[in-house]
Amino acid sequence: MSTDTTISQRPTPPSYEVPKVIRFGALAVGFLVLVLFPLVFNNPTISTIGVFAMIFLMAVTGWNIFSGYTGYIALGHAVFFGIGQYATAMLASYWQIPPGWETFLLIPVSMFLAGLAAIPIGLIVLRVRKHTFIVLTIALMFIFQLFAYNLRGWTGGSQGLEVSQPPWDGSIFNLPYYYVGLFLAIVAIISSFMIRRSKFGLSLLAIRDDEDRARSLGINTRNSKLTAFVISAIFLGAAGCMYAMFVGSVYPQFSFDPAFDLELSIMAFAGGLGTILGPSLGALIISGAQQYFLITFGGANVFLIVYGALFILILRLLPGGVVPAISDKWRSHVVRKEQRILDSELEGPAEAGAHK
Amino acid sequence: MTLLGVEGIVKNYGGIQALRNCTMNFQEGAINGLIGPNGSGKTTLFNVMTGYETPDSGKVTFRGKDITNSTPDEVFAAGIGRTFQLTRIFPRLTVIENVHIAAQRKGLVAQMRQWSQPDERARALESLDFVGLTKLSREPAGSLSYGQQKLLEFAFIMVAEPKVMLLDEPAGGVNPTLLKHLGGRIKELNKTGVTFIIVEHDMEFVMGICDQVSVMHQGSALIEGKPEIVRNDPAVLEAYLGTDMTEVN
Amino acid sequence: MLVLQAIIEGVLVGGFYALMAAGLTLVFGVMDIVNFAIGALIVLGAYLSYSITTHFHIDPFVSLIFTTPLMTALGMVIYVFLIKPIKTNKVVMSLLTMFAVATLIEGILDICYNSGFVQIHASYINNSLRIGKLNFPLIYVLSFLLSAFLLSCLYLVTYRTKFGRSLRASMQNPVAARLVGIDTDRVSMITLGIGIGLAAIGGMIFGTTNAFNASSSYDIISRLLVIVILGGFGSVGGALVAAIFMLVIQDVVAVVWSPVWGSTAFYMILMVVLLVRPQGLFGKKGVRAQ
Repeated sequence: MSTDTTISQRPTPPSYEVPKVIRFGALAVGFLVLVLFPLVFNNPTISTIGVFAMIFLMAVTGWNIFSGYTGYIALGHAVFFGIGQYATAMLASYWQIPPGWETFLLIPVSMFLAGLAAIPIGLIVLRVRKHTFIVLTIALMFIFQLFAYNLRGWTGGSQGLEVSQPPWDGSIFNLPYYYVGLFLAIVAIISSFMIRRSKFGLSLLAIRDDEDRARSLGINTRNSKLTAFVISAIFLGAAGCMYAMFVGSVYPQFSFDPAFDLELSIMAFAGGLGTILGPSLGALIISGAQQYFLITFGGANVFLIVYGALFILILRLLPGGVVPAISDKWRSHVVRKEQRILDSELEGPAEAGAHK
Repeated sequence: MTLLGVEGIVKNYGGIQALRNCTMNFQEGAINGLIGPNGSGKTTLFNVMTGYETPDSGKVTFRGKDITNSTPDEVFAAGIGRTFQLTRIFPRLTVIENVHIAAQRKGLVAQMRQWSQPDERARALESLDFVGLTKLSREPAGSLSYGQQKLLEFAFIMVAEPKVMLLDEPAGGVNPTLLKHLGGRIKELNKTGVTFIIVEHDMEFVMGICDQVSVMHQGSALIEGKPEIVRNDPAVLEAYLGTDMTEVN
Repeated sequence: MLVLQAIIEGVLVGGFYALMAAGLTLVFGVMDIVNFAIGALIVLGAYLSYSITTHFHIDPFVSLIFTTPLMTALGMVIYVFLIKPIKTNKVVMSLLTMFAVATLIEGILDICYNSGFVQIHASYINNSLRIGKLNFPLIYVLSFLLSAFLLSCLYLVTYRTKFGRSLRASMQNPVAARLVGIDTDRVSMITLGIGIGLAAIGGMIFGTTNAFNASSSYDIISRLLVIVILGGFGSVGGALVAAIFMLVIQDVVAVVWSPVWGSTAFYMILMVVLLVRPQGLFGKKGVRAQ
């Protein structure tokens, strides 16, 4: 009896996944790059790009936990971004927090408040079907924007609110923001990973594929969706807080901004909606490009054109995103390799036929 | 003994009366068939029984308990599983993931643990083995053939060990070999105590496997009884306009 | 008295929103897509009418002869190249695509025209119509009449023509429609063309009654979405009622309380209604498949 087995005799199919070694390697390299980035490129303009990239990273990963996993594309999540911003600005002045390290304590507070707000909001918007949901979240965001404009006593109306900037030296000003942002982004990614691995995550994916079917198998879809909604809101609140602290001012049109939601969705789609790392990849690439555009061309309107055109292209050509495209390529690579081996075995020595 | 029963169910859609004062009882431990011409309300009855639709009036009882207004997840948790006419599986998830979805867990903390605990995995593989899909466990469910998807649906309902399985046209679009396989699985599962209610048009399949057959016509029950009795009943023949029944006879 | 004026003005302006919402909900009913770009397209129509009337010194209503066919064609092109190719998850993907189109248009308009506010002028714009003690800007009345006229045309086309029959069939059951030989793709293409052609007209109306710039699209789209949700997706009658209802309320609140709260009231009503009836006023309850 022959001791080596041919492919056709293998009991289980080969793994089509990218080998763990490569995956961990890539992750480790990525992590190192991100940690060392502002130290290597210590030009404040460049590290500013980094800070915004971190803010978007945590926001998109958080957004993906809800929209990517459940398939309910929430185009109004800027609500929680704005809540984070306004909470930070209002509490910083109300509690008389001195600018500097203490302001960072507002991050967990903003996260808590955003999460808290997400409960009633979620209960309302999650009652409707997917397409109404999308539209409803957009309407909701406009409501908040209007509130921000109108409740002048609290929000400063169109004048906005200020968050005092810490008196740090210009050359290292960005560093604390960057590293805190990186930390939060990593927390977001780890949360996303743990959710994806859990039964809860599987329930979310089932909801994405066929919500009613999931219900018929015992999944409490309402609670699952709400939980994911609240978790994602928490990360958006954190992003809002960081944004308010870093930029120093909070305005209605930039806190509750439809363009922000558009950016979130492009980043998630481009990277790979529903994957763990895809949105992060998309965030890094696109926010980097965005900042570059702003610096080179100024003016938001050119960027709108680019965003719009880019999104249309992505939706047409690569609706799955980069990460799934990579795993698809890997899969076809493995299949082709197997096919070649199989072909060579079939053409092999005549004994192969005799053994049968 | 009646396991699942409906009493006086009325369900209207606009001007159409889908169910008219429908009263039926399904015996525990038996393989119950539910037949009737197209439009007689079989799938609607299933929808009402499993919480997808609420009846305009009437009652659905399970083991004596009123479950008329229960939601689909409550119905499933009570022990009633169902398949759909057009198979509904989770196409973007792998076969093994599909089967894990029905695995019930209690408590918040449990939800956060990995999606495949050892005992769940064992049960999942057992179900897949039972229907014969083990080799395909890592494939995305959407890439399975229609017949394989039907088996998958069967498998993942099994995982939760339901007391009743409602099968909506399990034979539809399935080749004879696979159908025989499915029939064998149903009989074997029935021996372990699972009650079945099967909606079907394939008379040969129904008559060959069911202990008890109920016939529906124009939204209400026409007759219930043993297959041989039902197949020869003149009212049933008339309801079908003689097509399917005479072919079987 | 002021309230009565507000109510009537609400009705007059509501006509415009009713026309636009009807187009939006019709498009959704036929092809399951939310034309999120309609706000930007209306603004595009407004700018086109604006440029034509200022450069060629012609009446805004006359400019429609040029803008309407142009934008109808644009609608059909958008359908063929962007919507038709979408195979999976049509509702979500099309909404995102149209969201992107809207952003694209807004960006282009912003660059071409800068962010200054403009308004379309005609010699009679500022004339008013007097009825008893009430004053109504003539342009409001004319716009309302135009909207009403077009809505009736829409009704006639939908219910009295062969195309309308194909349209309704495609709305009710696309598969069955195809089985009886209706080219649902062509119906969809024409419907989107109609929807966007109407946006051209709506743009002219909007441009004469409001000062606008590229970012006005947000105001328009958010209101239209509220109206369509309230009326129920797919229900043209619902859109009509919702439009008039919301605009009247907005105007009354603006007069009685303050203009800023008028806009807010708009959205608050949406929230309240949805709490009670998630399917909108006229929508059908989401029927679970099978």
